[in-house]
Amino acid sequence: MKILVPIKRVADPDNANKVKVSADGTQVTTEGLEWKMNPFDEWALEAALRLTEDGAAKSRVGEVVLVSVGPKEAVATVREGLAKGAERGVIVEGNDNDLDSNVIAAALAAVAKKESPDLIVMGKQTVDGDSNVAGTVLADKLGWPIINYAMRIETSDDGKTFAIKRDLDVGVASVKVTGPVVITVSDSILHPESVKNGVTPADFKYPEAEGGRYASLKGIMQAKKKPIAEQTLSGLGVDAKRTVTYKKFELPPARSGQTTFVESVEELVEKLRTEAKVL
Amino acid sequence: MTYLFETDEHQTLRAQARRFAEAEIAPHAHAWDEAGLFPRALYGAMAGAGLLALGYPESVGGAGDIGHMLVAAEELLLAGKSVGTCVGLGSHAIALPPIIKLGTDAQRERFVRPVLRGEKIAALAITEPGAGSDVAGVATRAVREGDRYVVDGAKTFITSGYRADIVTTVVRTGEGHGGLTLLVVERGTPGFEATRKLDKMGWWASDTAELSFDACRVPVENRVGAEGAGFVAIMMNFVTERLMLAGQCVATAELAHRESVAYAKERRAFGKTLSGFQVTRHKLADMSCRIAAARALVGEGVMRFLRGDASPALAAKVKNTATDMCTYVCDQAVQIHGGYGYMREYVVERLYRDARLYPIGGGTREIMLELIAKAEGY
Ligand SMILES: Cc1cc2nc3c(=O)[nH]c(=O)nc-3n(C[C@H](O)[C@H](O)[C@H](O)COP(=O)(O)OP(=O)(O)OC[C@H]3O[C@@H](n4cnc5c(N)ncnc54)[C@H](O)[C@@H]3O)c2cc1C
Repeated sequence: MKILVPIKRVADPDNANKVKVSADGTQVTTEGLEWKMNPFDEWALEAALRLTEDGAAKSRVGEVVLVSVGPKEAVATVREGLAKGAERGVIVEGNDNDLDSNVIAAALAAVAKKESPDLIVMGKQTVDGDSNVAGTVLADKLGWPIINYAMRIETSDDGKTFAIKRDLDVGVASVKVTGPVVITVSDSILHPESVKNGVTPADFKYPEAEGGRYASLKGIMQAKKKPIAEQTLSGLGVDAKRTVTYKKFELPPARSGQTTFVESVEELVEKLRTEAKVL
Repeated sequence: MTYLFETDEHQTLRAQARRFAEAEIAPHAHAWDEAGLFPRALYGAMAGAGLLALGYPESVGGAGDIGHMLVAAEELLLAGKSVGTCVGLGSHAIALPPIIKLGTDAQRERFVRPVLRGEKIAALAITEPGAGSDVAGVATRAVREGDRYVVDGAKTFITSGYRADIVTTVVRTGEGHGGLTLLVVERGTPGFEATRKLDKMGWWASDTAELSFDACRVPVENRVGAEGAGFVAIMMNFVTERLMLAGQCVATAELAHRESVAYAKERRAFGKTLSGFQVTRHKLADMSCRIAAARALVGEGVMRFLRGDASPALAAKVKNTATDMCTYVCDQAVQIHGGYGYMREYVVERLYRDARLYPIGGGTREIMLELIAKAEGY
């Protein structure tokens, strides 16, 4: 099974207080920010790795190709994904400010056409843009089905068909789909038994780890030798333009930091209603 | 700031350690310290994250070198904020190397691998009620009787000793330095008991124990190396132990500094933040200088060690420089925090107590100076 996993480097959400807006309000400045893999993409990568390995024997039985559209520096993020077990990477160079979900989806579609994977597994959104559309637009451009918010993925025929459970606000939807397909995942995909590929023994349980597996030092060293291909948007024949333009960025107003002590639950509810006006 | 020897590889490793510590340690740091113990399962989780076997040879399931071990340990401390937990998790770093270097394949299989998989806990027992700095004063006796050694004596201040499954123990089989031998004593051996979990000033989340050996019969196959090889094995161990302790000092001070910067920017007095006072800013800058200097020397120690020319005297210089710096920085951190710095719920209060161990454990400040003076022939 061959899986394409799009990943993005984002400003570490734990350092969000360092995010600044340029003086003219046209963009978010990125100096001094720490970067990490978009957490939703970490889940997708974990699902893809589980689909392409024998988890008990710790051996690979398929191929995961990472693709990142963004600045050259994203190579560190791609390497981290390779260190966790993916086979190779593709970086499509682009300035973050020239990209939106439409351009990203077009770039990913171009890479998918070259790579012909059995499926694409991706995060449902990024923690910076929060647009939540790239997966769906990509599926549309490829003419593939889109299955959003997968919480459980099973295949017993090496990725030709999938039984998927979707994590919805109203409950769980069970679907069957024939590949190739685009799947976005929810955090429940990290559950110890949420991915079954017919190779890893059915009773095998993955360890609980928020964010999926860790890269071992051995993996980190091996990742240095794994290939990362460099592409450009024009080289891939992508001429998509931004469909969304941002007019202005503003930081949310600073919190007052004022502390109010209350004596009882009733008083708390009262204050939340009348003073904080959040109820 | 990071160490000069670090590569992208170390950066990625730091990211793994940070993620692990943020998820698995930081939320419990205060509670574990107050409880005086962290859960045993943490060793397994740490092994699962690939962080427990760093710095050990691949032949026993490890990867990387002391530089990797040091940066991962720093990140665990910075993100986990619990010195006690980190030193407890790391007690095998002094217990296993003698077994790896001098032991047999069978011993490495039985004692080393399960510890590096996080299934067993290891401790090193040198110190006794009557012998600390003076290692040659070890009085715990081991007398050979057929295929066993009969061990009698006591050890104290043993990190992770209270729940250790295997204890690399220094015993006396003859006279003088050449009469010291290493035995692996396993939990459950009749006559071996962890008699007391000691109450101490800092390092609360890590257990520190008193051990007693009462006609404890240890199989001869648990002897590590030859009879009499104990002293040299311990001395070889001290170099890496002291570099690691110095690294902990840098990490502890760095954390105290970070906490202080954040506090100084938030806390207000006389109509401005503490960092609005030049005195505070200079204090923070001074702390930062000293951390940088100690970090540079620790880094040099690591690089020389990797090149094969780290002498015991250099390790002693590294340790003293780092401990003195850490003592100063943690003291200043408490000062910047004012009364809050004296309160248990503030991280710097804990770090101040944790820091006090470093000029004592792993060889005291005075013994380090003694070692340097001897090596340099004063
Ligand atoms: C929290 C903690 C954890 C520890 N973990 C371990 C462990 O895991 N395993 C282990 O074996 N030990 C461990 N130790 C013991 C530690 O290594 C000893 O405490 C240390 O070596 C000092 O020995 P001592 O306490 O007997 O002090 P002493 O040797 O009695 O020293 C007392 C004072 O006299 C000074 N002094 C002694 N000799 C000289 C000299 N020749 N010249 C000048 N001054 C001198 C010392 O510097 C010190 O200031 C631990 C200790 C603590 C507190």
